[in-house]
Amino acid sequence: MTVLNLLARRAETAPAARPLPTEVLRQRGQREVFCGLTGIVWLHRKIQDAFFLVVGSRTCAHLIQSAAGVMVFAEPRFATAIMEERDLAGMADPNEELDRVVAQVLERRPDIRLLFLVGSCPSEVIKLDLSRAAARLSARHGPDLRVLNYSGSGIETTFTEGEDACLTAMVDLAPVETATAPHLVVVGSLPDIVEDQFRRLFSAMGLPRVDFFPPRRAADIPEIGPQTRFLLAQPFLGATSQKLEDRGAQPLRAPFPFGAEGTTAWLQAAADAFKISPAVFNSVVAPGRERAKRALARHRETLQGKSVFLFPDSQLEPSMARFLYEELDMRPIEVGTPYLNKELVSCEISRLPSGVVLSEGQDVDRQLDRCRAAKPDLTICGLGLANPLEREGLATKWSIELVFSPVHGFDQAGDLAGLFARPVTRHAMLGV
Amino acid sequence: MKLAVWTYEGPPHVGAMRVATAMKGVHYLLHAPQGDTYADLLFTMIERRGERPPVTYTTFQARDLGGDTADLFKDAARGAYERFLPQAMLVGASCTAELIQDDPGGLAKTLGLPIPVVPLELPSYQKKENWGASETFFQLVKRFAVKREGPAQGGAPRCNLLGPTALGFRHRDDVLEVTRLLGQLGFEVNVTAPLNATPADLARLGDADFNVVLYPEIAETAATWLEKNLGQPAIRTPPIGIGATRDFIAAVAALTGRDASALLHSMPSNQPWWSRSVDSTYLTGKRVFVFGDATHAIAAARIAREEMGFEVVGLGAYNREFAREVRAAAEHYGCPALITDDYLEVERTIADLQPELVLGTQMERHIAKRLNIACAVISAPAHVQDFPARYSPQMGFEGANVMFDTWVHPLVMGLEEHLLAMFRDDFEFNDHAGPSHLGHGGGKAVEPTVAVPPQAVTETVPATISWTSDAEAELIKIPFFVRGKARRNTEIFAERNGIFRIDVETIYDARSHFAR
Repeated sequence: MTVLNLLARRAETAPAARPLPTEVLRQRGQREVFCGLTGIVWLHRKIQDAFFLVVGSRTCAHLIQSAAGVMVFAEPRFATAIMEERDLAGMADPNEELDRVVAQVLERRPDIRLLFLVGSCPSEVIKLDLSRAAARLSARHGPDLRVLNYSGSGIETTFTEGEDACLTAMVDLAPVETATAPHLVVVGSLPDIVEDQFRRLFSAMGLPRVDFFPPRRAADIPEIGPQTRFLLAQPFLGATSQKLEDRGAQPLRAPFPFGAEGTTAWLQAAADAFKISPAVFNSVVAPGRERAKRALARHRETLQGKSVFLFPDSQLEPSMARFLYEELDMRPIEVGTPYLNKELVSCEISRLPSGVVLSEGQDVDRQLDRCRAAKPDLTICGLGLANPLEREGLATKWSIELVFSPVHGFDQAGDLAGLFARPVTRHAMLGV
Repeated sequence: MKLAVWTYEGPPHVGAMRVATAMKGVHYLLHAPQGDTYADLLFTMIERRGERPPVTYTTFQARDLGGDTADLFKDAARGAYERFLPQAMLVGASCTAELIQDDPGGLAKTLGLPIPVVPLELPSYQKKENWGASETFFQLVKRFAVKREGPAQGGAPRCNLLGPTALGFRHRDDVLEVTRLLGQLGFEVNVTAPLNATPADLARLGDADFNVVLYPEIAETAATWLEKNLGQPAIRTPPIGIGATRDFIAAVAALTGRDASALLHSMPSNQPWWSRSVDSTYLTGKRVFVFGDATHAIAAARIAREEMGFEVVGLGAYNREFAREVRAAAEHYGCPALITDDYLEVERTIADLQPELVLGTQMERHIAKRLNIACAVISAPAHVQDFPARYSPQMGFEGANVMFDTWVHPLVMGLEEHLLAMFRDDFEFNDHAGPSHLGHGGGKAVEPTVAVPPQAVTETVPATISWTSDAEAELIKIPFFVRGKARRNTEIFAERNGIFRIDVETIYDARSHFAR
């Protein structure tokens, strides 16, 4: 069964899938979102021999620390080179200073194989050329250490776009393809446990070779070329996708692997590309899909018919809205996203019901006005808004958990639904 | 450039946010790029505030930089005024906006808003959070406070409480406790600021007879200005601990000519007796390391030494502005002073000193957890669990009670420590069980390990010293809460005496050498 078949089948039983809404609400104002530096919090746990050095201000250091919170427990593989007055006043050569700080980092962590110099708002504004610095440092400390740069600045990136920028930079390190037959690369950082689950499924289908990008170790960056077929695991990787296509790799477009349906459609795209027989595909997918459906059924009892309002945060919002509507029977009111990449998420948006407001960007005060007026049963928003809305009586779910917890695939479908069901259940339980 | 892994203080505009968020009727317009709104979650999540901080961020992006970020600022200022209708507006720049030099103060002036606008100049590349809070409070006080006309009104003498902010360590409860304490002395609080004060309240500051500087890091600059310009004397003894609370009462009595002997005599606190009772004998000489903001660290060191009977083995602060006071206190207790905002340096120091208790910030709690050392939090920066639901001040007589409980709790209880030492070979009752009052995992007898790589730790003992297996086995029999100290002392003893192989005899030789 292909994705199209699947969609057609749904069309018979569900409200008609409709074309992409042409109306997208775009307002300009305060944006209550993280900058791209925040991605370091999960990227540094994913790539276990990489170090992320932010070249920025005390604000950058404070942001990552505040977003990382509990992660102080681990020896962090990130740090900030905090620029000071003398760096800005020209009393110190910023390149010499950066070299000195990098030497300090490497002395502390000689096990590091991949170093990212991460640009910030202040480093971008003073036009510090980190790509030249990366080349210089690579030459000095290579070949055991490779140095890359990307910008996670708030003036250029919103939250998950930091991962997009990081992966785009990493594509440069991908080896030239030696494969002579098509091979699959899954793109976007996933928790190891989820990767292993997907690897087992692809392997059971009979795919010859599957790689994940980013890899767990810097030396394992998969080769990329015309034989590469890639599946995005995250919807916020537009630039990475383009860069891979520039290398000749072919994208497999699909809904994203959330819930029973999303995961099935996503796996189907790979199965189709590798000409896996429907019988094999169905036999491989069926057990996980049934488990996911069973797990979702429990949460559907809590969530069905409830309305939901999504504030922009991670670009996962269209996918989440699709999941909540299609698989849990919730009613999306507004789906906000910091950036709407129509090419990547049209297959999610086209499955949303009519009447949903799709908004891109943010004027947070006006969006809060709309949210209050709509009185949703559940509001999905960032940490800065959650408690204030709870105080006003709205049930909320912090959207940051969607990027910090394992939520992809069949065996996390129940956990993903649970994230949304818990606040609703809690509101019903509490008598204080 | 300075390499930072974790930071004790945020940038100065976060300090300004702490003042703005504490107050009523103030709005802060911050010229800032997308992403700086992360600071909101400090207040909504860590402090569990049910309202958004009163801050509007202009949220400029790269595409705006070529155009007119000044217009963006003016639109945001107008919009924020119309939506929130504050009594006064603070305007300023975050670190990135400082670089593009739009002059928020000048721009705001051109708008002709019908409310006072206070421009803030907070140099992000030189200063930090506490300084930002102090400067913001000072600018507000300077702008709004007016000198009292005519003689003092009759009735009880009045004072202002200066310094409590949003996200302050127990500021909410300290204000209640000190207000109650001053009430017992017959004084009324005229204005508490910035916490819960309006700009109109700041205008009434001059009505008070004197000021109480609760937190010098935030209020000293404003108090000095009020002293000079409004002629208000200030009390500068933060009443943290029994001794400091007594000093505070005495200072207020001396300033106002009131008789405070009744209160000083009655001492309504359990802490002194709890400390003298026999169970507390086991607290004697426990080695503590103290680190935090200067005010809380100095106060904690005094309590630790004089009121708990601990030995202070290290004292430090992350705010250099008060380095002199910290050094003087450390000298008084005969221990080294550590003035640094480098988290890794603090970690190394704690690993080297092997204290039995760490009194620090949430950062030291993480260090202590890694090193398997007991810890209590005494200062900001604090985590969500350091904002308790219950009344839990640090100041005054109740504050002394709170600290006694909080500091003793992570330690093994007196009689239990004795029993553990007696029965340490018992197969069921031994230190692997950990303190009985701390749940599972509370006191697992894990060998302390430093999570930082070995080359980062200052080795005080040459690597040539080794342990025989018998000596290692003997060391395991020593209760976990002193094992780290025993290992360290034995190695120091071995080094001093030219012993390269530590055996069981060396352990006991070292023990008698270091016996107090």
